[in-house]
Amino acid sequence: MAQTAGSTVAEILGADPQALLDSWLQAQLSAPTARTDLITESELRQQSGEFLNLLRNAARGGSLDVQAPEWSQVRELLARVSRGRALQGFSPSETATFVLSLKQPLFARLRSGLAGDPERLMDAVWSATTLLDGLALYTTELFQQSREDVIYRQQQELLELSTPVVKLWEGVVAVPLIGTLDSARTQVVMENLLQRIVETGASMAIIDITGVPTVDTLVAQHLIKTVAAARLMGAECIISGIRPQIAQTIVHLGVELHGASTKATLADAIAMALRVTGWKVVRAEKR
Amino acid sequence: MTVSRSDVRPIRTEAEVVAARQAVRSWAVEMKFSLIDQTKLVTAASELARNALNYGGGGQMRMEILERSPRQGLRLTFEDQGPGIADVEQALRDGFTTGSGMGLGLGGSRRLVDEFEIHSAPGEGTRVTVVKWR
Ligand SMILES: Nc1ncnc2c1ncn2[C@@H]1O[C@H](COP(=O)(O)OP(=O)(O)OP(=O)(O)O)[C@@H](O)[C@H]1O
Ligand SMILES: [Mg+2]
Repeated sequence: MAQTAGSTVAEILGADPQALLDSWLQAQLSAPTARTDLITESELRQQSGEFLNLLRNAARGGSLDVQAPEWSQVRELLARVSRGRALQGFSPSETATFVLSLKQPLFARLRSGLAGDPERLMDAVWSATTLLDGLALYTTELFQQSREDVIYRQQQELLELSTPVVKLWEGVVAVPLIGTLDSARTQVVMENLLQRIVETGASMAIIDITGVPTVDTLVAQHLIKTVAAARLMGAECIISGIRPQIAQTIVHLGVELHGASTKATLADAIAMALRVTGWKVVRAEKR
Repeated sequence: MTVSRSDVRPIRTEAEVVAARQAVRSWAVEMKFSLIDQTKLVTAASELARNALNYGGGGQMRMEILERSPRQGLRLTFEDQGPGIADVEQALRDGFTTGSGMGLGLGGSRRLVDEFEIHSAPGEGTRVTVVKWR
């Protein structure tokens, strides 16, 4: 049965392909999910034409199982389309519409082509629905996957971006921490910090936690480890940005940030670091 | 005393621990807790959620707003179906850990809230309930 249904679908797709392409394009462009702001009509026409060709070739093989090897080219095209759309900013349903909008013109054709044979018509409509739903699902899965890839890449980039260790002065480096300090980020911070301490020969390192919203035992433990490692490299640490509410919470938790000096603000920490390294900051003139 | 609002958050990944404590922060802000009390609540939630994840194999956090006129409270219940704790007194002691932590999470969160209750037995999972009043 799948055999005949596949060839019926292929047959319907093969008759006057240009007209089918036109009516499908029409359906896509008039759908409420059309994004003519994100994709040009000629690009859409090109994608749609290519899809119809591949779909016809695959259906000719007789099987309508989209996971079958004959369907690999269709799957590849859909992969390209959904990846592209994920990056262009389409929503998942706008992306799935690419495939689903083919139903309307395809069913219209089946209906007029098989009007005299209701049984075959039912079979063909059912097969075509199953097929297009399968392909639409596949598109959505790939779309999701592409989005996740993007998010993962951004996370990785953010990890690097968000932990710049800056040289503040001769012998003084500083790293402002922002956001959630999980184990992965702590590892990156620690490595960057130690590396910069070596490169600059710094004897003071300031870790500013003004931008860290929650300091719990895990964050505290990460800080303590970082401080201990810096010390082994010959640098003393100052932890700055300890706001009053954080100070209170740390005390209630029972955490001691041993090994490091602590300061309320980054400015206090800089002043202390300069003093310890033997610098003196004086105002040139009284104002 | 009535519960005027409640919600449940999953705690199965590190990201969900972060999401759970963000939810606690936003409720605490809405309830107009002081900045210090917000911070205490969020930190206690962070500790208890992470324990549920690390030792309990994941679980959930129930959030409830309690009305006891003229006061309002935020109650958080952390539940997991993990191995449970054989000696709760010992687990609460500062510095006691069976993992690689500092052993301050349980005792510390008890000091950060107004009410603290823990139910745990080997093989029965762990439930920790905390309340902070405003
Ligand atoms: N939900 C739980 N299920 C099973 N065991 C638990 C649970 N919560 C805590 N424990 C046990 O209690 C011990 C103490 O917990 P606590 O949170 O005080 O310290 P920690 O998690 O080991 O370290 P820290 O919280 O300081 O990072 C844990 O090491 C663990 O053995
Ligand atoms: Mg803990």
